[in-house]
Amino acid sequence: MNKHLLSMHDLTAEDVVRILDTAESFREVGTRVIKKVPALRGRTVVNFFLENSTRTRISFELAAKRLSADVINFSAGGSSVAKGESLKDTALTLQAMGADAIVIRHSSSGSPLQLTRWVDGRVLNAGDGTHEHPTQALLDLYTMREKLGHLEGLRVAIVGDVMHSRVARSLTFGLVKMGATVTLVGPPTLIPPDAPAWGVQVSYDVDSLLPTLDVCYMLRVQKERQRLEYFPSVREYARLFGLTSARAATLPERALIMHPGPMNRGVEIDSDVADQPESVIEEQVTNGIAIRMALLYLLLGGSRDGEAA
Amino acid sequence: MSGSFVFAQARVIDPAAGTDEVRDVVVADGVIAGPEAGEGAERIDARGLVLAPGLVDLHAHLREPGEEHKETIASGTRAAAAGGFTAVAAMANTVPVTDHAAIVHEVRDLAAAAGSCEVFPVGAITKGLLGESLAEMGEMVDAGVRVFSDDGRCVPTARLLRNALVYAKAFPVEVVLADHAEDASLVEGGHMHEGLQSYSLGLAGRPGEAEEIAVARDLALARATGGRLHLCHLSSARAVELVRRAKSEGVRVSAEVTPHHLAFTDADLTTYDTAKKMNPPLRSATDRDALRAGVADGTIDVIATDHAPHAVEEKDMEFDLAPPGTIGLETALAAALTYLVEPGIVPLARVLEALSTTPARILGARGHGGPIEPGSPANLVVFDPGQEWVVEPPFVSKARNSAFTGQRVRGRVRFTMLYGSLTVADGKPTR
Repeated sequence: MNKHLLSMHDLTAEDVVRILDTAESFREVGTRVIKKVPALRGRTVVNFFLENSTRTRISFELAAKRLSADVINFSAGGSSVAKGESLKDTALTLQAMGADAIVIRHSSSGSPLQLTRWVDGRVLNAGDGTHEHPTQALLDLYTMREKLGHLEGLRVAIVGDVMHSRVARSLTFGLVKMGATVTLVGPPTLIPPDAPAWGVQVSYDVDSLLPTLDVCYMLRVQKERQRLEYFPSVREYARLFGLTSARAATLPERALIMHPGPMNRGVEIDSDVADQPESVIEEQVTNGIAIRMALLYLLLGGSRDGEAA
Repeated sequence: MSGSFVFAQARVIDPAAGTDEVRDVVVADGVIAGPEAGEGAERIDARGLVLAPGLVDLHAHLREPGEEHKETIASGTRAAAAGGFTAVAAMANTVPVTDHAAIVHEVRDLAAAAGSCEVFPVGAITKGLLGESLAEMGEMVDAGVRVFSDDGRCVPTARLLRNALVYAKAFPVEVVLADHAEDASLVEGGHMHEGLQSYSLGLAGRPGEAEEIAVARDLALARATGGRLHLCHLSSARAVELVRRAKSEGVRVSAEVTPHHLAFTDADLTTYDTAKKMNPPLRSATDRDALRAGVADGTIDVIATDHAPHAVEEKDMEFDLAPPGTIGLETALAAALTYLVEPGIVPLARVLEALSTTPARILGARGHGGPIEPGSPANLVVFDPGQEWVVEPPFVSKARNSAFTGQRVRGRVRFTMLYGSLTVADGKPTR
């Protein structure tokens, strides 16, 4: 594996399998009364979150704590970044404090890659701008493999604002790498016209697609896109692309309904659909902790008994 | 270092005279002298070197007054001399804006005091570069300004540009209106060329049609008004084609391209290198090849640097937060030699015309751009066309945001002469 996890392009298919298998072995830890192993004892993991994200930050924090690492949460709110310190200077500070791994969430695409030029520790991309969110993609791949038994040949639709979604990019690259068939669906204004070069298909017709799917992956609608003239109204978006109960009923029996959260219930997904058994949205969250444990473990070279490998 | 010089047995390429021959060039009292050197002339062995008219940059940002932390006129003109330039057009986006005669005089006086390069201030088309009302062009024309531009911003409305083109006819000298042609509504918030690369990198795009639309608009206005239009830094194949057709129809238009658009494409942005972030953005290989062909056939008249210095801390930022622009004065000649001449796309004499004779004419820079004949001011560059080097900081410029950092290029300036004085000797600035 690469030293850092910045993009799904950093991983081979073999790496992905290894990460999912490692996560599998860590998931059991979360079911124990004492949810902790000493694998990263004495190592320091910094959660460097320059964009609001409670879910991903907590997931990484739990993952690092269950591996017995020391965890520092560094968020934009009261930090030097809010006072105008540059990313570079903040990175140099974290470096000086001896961070072994830095988990970065940032609104600027490419900032995790830039961070690697300024720090020696491992860098994990926890979402950068409209670029990538590889840990989300890996937990989604984990969930699909767990529920459906395999990834190769799966027929997956990713529905919504693909243009601005880092989740969509990472998941697309990951699924294509693992041999799945991906169709990107949404308003044509929000699907990159060059997307077929990623090895995917493009459709604007969600209804004809649903009966053919193994996984229907709904993306969150950013309501401000409406103001930017990408679509006329949230109402029309929901009418054309929202996963209503009627639409969900046309999915094949074992098909999964997934969403990276947080959901806009009633917009891209109806409440009833989000809560039905085919929906594995809560399991995605649980699996996220195991995936992030696996990544920290593999990147920091820990071992199960607490000795550095 | 003024005095008498003999550049012995140089390959003298003079685009203004259309000559290319090996001979001695004698300089005395600031001008080209007759074929015989006088007593005590300093003899410079120029065998294997090319001697040409000093280069003229139609498009540089020298940042002074107002942003001296990025560059000063002294540091920028030293960088220009190091790159072989004897004349530079300084863009109007200073602080305060060069939209009145006082700043024109200030810029020119600071350059004269520094003594590295002659500077020709470009005046703003609109007051404060705000794109609202015309700046007092007449006052600036009287102060010697010949080129006006709101560069960095496209003249926002067709009506405003039309009025500027028509109004400029009032002046007894030819006044050129230079536009940064990118449709504002399509590039708003964009950081790189829109296409597969921008979609994959998750960076908002500036589509090629933004330039195509603005160029088409500007050409229509030049045609309708008979005004004199110059298009800054073309970056797309379609814009080149529009200019080619307009020229064949007699529209009074000239166009420039930057060395970085001739060298790089959007595929060079996969490392989020902010030194390669600029407006207009680096585009596809098809676009780059069309730009090269445009220089070759003369559709693109001028190679101009768009030298855009920024402080290190300003460029060491997240890609979307970093300001656009690359420095270019010290690498322009080598880039043109490396990416145009060496692959056999453009002959050396044509490159020198695009870097010197033509921009001098557009800028009204008398005494620059040749011809190299007795009595002409001795504004010259002497360079080794074969010397290889790797572009690396530090630069003579105060800035180091060069898109060319790390590139192996060919062609190095050995001497630059401004009115008979060496501003660069043996490759080193003298001031």
